[in-house]
Amino acid sequence: MTTSTSARPAGPGASHRGLQDPTRRPGEWAILQFLRGSATIAILTTAGIVASLFPAAISFFREVQTVHGVSFLEFATGTFWAPDFANPSFGVLPIVVGSSIVVVLALLVSVPVGLLSAIYLSEYAPARVRRIIKPALEVLEGVPTVAVGLFAFWFLRPTAQEAFPNLPWTGPFAILIGGMAVGLITVPLMASVSDDAMRQVPQSLREAAYALGDSKARVAIRVVVPAAISGIVAGIVLAASRAVGETMIVLLAAGAGNPNLSFNLFAGVQTMTAFIAGKATGDIAQGTLIYDTVFAVGSLLFLVTLSLNLFAIRFVRRFREVYE
Amino acid sequence: MNADPTPEHALPDAAAAPTVGSSMPGGSGSSETASTGFDLSTALGGARADDEERARAEVVFEADRLSVFYGDFQAVRDVSMQIHAKEITAFIGPSGCGKTTLLRSFNRMNDLIASARVEGGLRYHGEDVYGEGVSPVIVRRKIGMVFQKPNPFPKSIYDNVAYGPRVLKWKKSDLDDVVEESLTRAALWDEVKDRLDQSALGMSGGQQQRLCIARAIATKPDVLLMDEPCSALDPIATLRIEDLMRELKDEYSIVIVTHNMQQAARVSDYTAFLTVDIDDESGQRTGELVEMDRTDRIFTNASDPRTEAYVSGRFG
Repeated sequence: MTTSTSARPAGPGASHRGLQDPTRRPGEWAILQFLRGSATIAILTTAGIVASLFPAAISFFREVQTVHGVSFLEFATGTFWAPDFANPSFGVLPIVVGSSIVVVLALLVSVPVGLLSAIYLSEYAPARVRRIIKPALEVLEGVPTVAVGLFAFWFLRPTAQEAFPNLPWTGPFAILIGGMAVGLITVPLMASVSDDAMRQVPQSLREAAYALGDSKARVAIRVVVPAAISGIVAGIVLAASRAVGETMIVLLAAGAGNPNLSFNLFAGVQTMTAFIAGKATGDIAQGTLIYDTVFAVGSLLFLVTLSLNLFAIRFVRRFREVYE
Repeated sequence: MNADPTPEHALPDAAAAPTVGSSMPGGSGSSETASTGFDLSTALGGARADDEERARAEVVFEADRLSVFYGDFQAVRDVSMQIHAKEITAFIGPSGCGKTTLLRSFNRMNDLIASARVEGGLRYHGEDVYGEGVSPVIVRRKIGMVFQKPNPFPKSIYDNVAYGPRVLKWKKSDLDDVVEESLTRAALWDEVKDRLDQSALGMSGGQQQRLCIARAIATKPDVLLMDEPCSALDPIATLRIEDLMRELKDEYSIVIVTHNMQQAARVSDYTAFLTVDIDDESGQRTGELVEMDRTDRIFTNASDPRTEAYVSGRFG
């Protein structure tokens, strides 16, 4: 026994002296810096966007004020948006309303469809079905929006007119179709976030309701959905944020160009994103008013989505605290 | 310690003894009467055992070789027992002996687990609980349940209690009364009457559990199943729940699963002792009923040595 012990190399405990590492580790330091740098990229990107958007936006407001005599209030409340006309007009309301219509229509589609999908996935679907539906939903989320836009413009719009010929369809575009198509692509987001929130609801709450003789559908609606409501609201806000920022679908299906304030769902209505995408082509020169206009609208859009996302994050936090 | 006869205990005996002769024709039925040495004594003894049986209310549950499986795993094997109305029946036994599984098969809560299935018979007032066409939803409306961990809904105190009545679509105008009555019955009314609209999650653990009891009795079920209702509570809250159970016994049949033998001894009328049978080959652990008897007999004079070993703390 003693002989075999002495044959082994001495372990680190053999000597009680020397707690310092004799080898230096420069690799550790480099790895740390690399990881830290990667984590910083997202933040730097946001800062870069702000830095590129806002100076041009500020110069836009200065220029419309001095050259065209348009105050910020007139910009925010004006109802004719034609910044590139010979006699330009800078009332941003038509495109803000266009974006708002898209958000409302998209949520009208994605909230009920997404929520019902989530109830099915979380409360009803057997594990085997879940394993198929979840990735399938993610495929829809991954379809390039330009493809969805083409689908909306070339298929949904004519099909809708065939199905409902008596509705007042005007021209090749319809914001109704664009908004609903945006709603369809936000269904997976809505379903996924709501499903996660509902699966967080402790099983003990469902058992409490079942033990009181409640049926499955009512347990889902009266216990699970209310208990998951903060997460579901977070999903709605994220879907709204996504709809505000959606570009290709609305550009293709709802068009870009109508300068008037319009609530006509059956005609093209311009959104903030469609305006930017339509104007930001290679032939606008830096420093011109129209160039600055694009950045001003971009800043507005950025602020809207930022506030929506901050709101959603607050809700998600609250929802995390419910059961702890 | 408890054998120490207090004067209060001694008094009635001393007072009763001299009256034996005079009150004889009345037949008071006390043990002193029997000791007078008549032929009558044996007859009286027999009559008392019969009386004891007759005094027990009707049978609520009758399990006949009831087995519960989770997939291929047998959790409970061949349990046969009767549970009587207006009594507290305790299930005791070591961890993994299937007490909770057995309890949850009584109101078909196990149906919520896809792999769970039941073999053998379980009758509720003579009706097969697992019979064809029996709705688990209706079963659970008659057989209420209180869980191990208090599980109030994240709703107001009022809405928690009103949940069951709303499921049954009771008239809105009755709800206030039902809520007050249930909370009073659960010894919680005075503590919460001024904050019925506040969230139930702001209550203490003991209050939450009493709220869950109030919620369970709001619809006046026939049976109350309690799955270790005090295991998450401190001793004072535990005693309050036990007092409550003794009060509720007038109206409800209560079945309680408990890890705490003192609790079973304190509150229950009848006790079922279950144990784990470990299969030599597969190592599967299956719960079995060892015996079921009056609680005092289980704790002082058990007929099976395994029961005796368990209640005296020699295993489990």
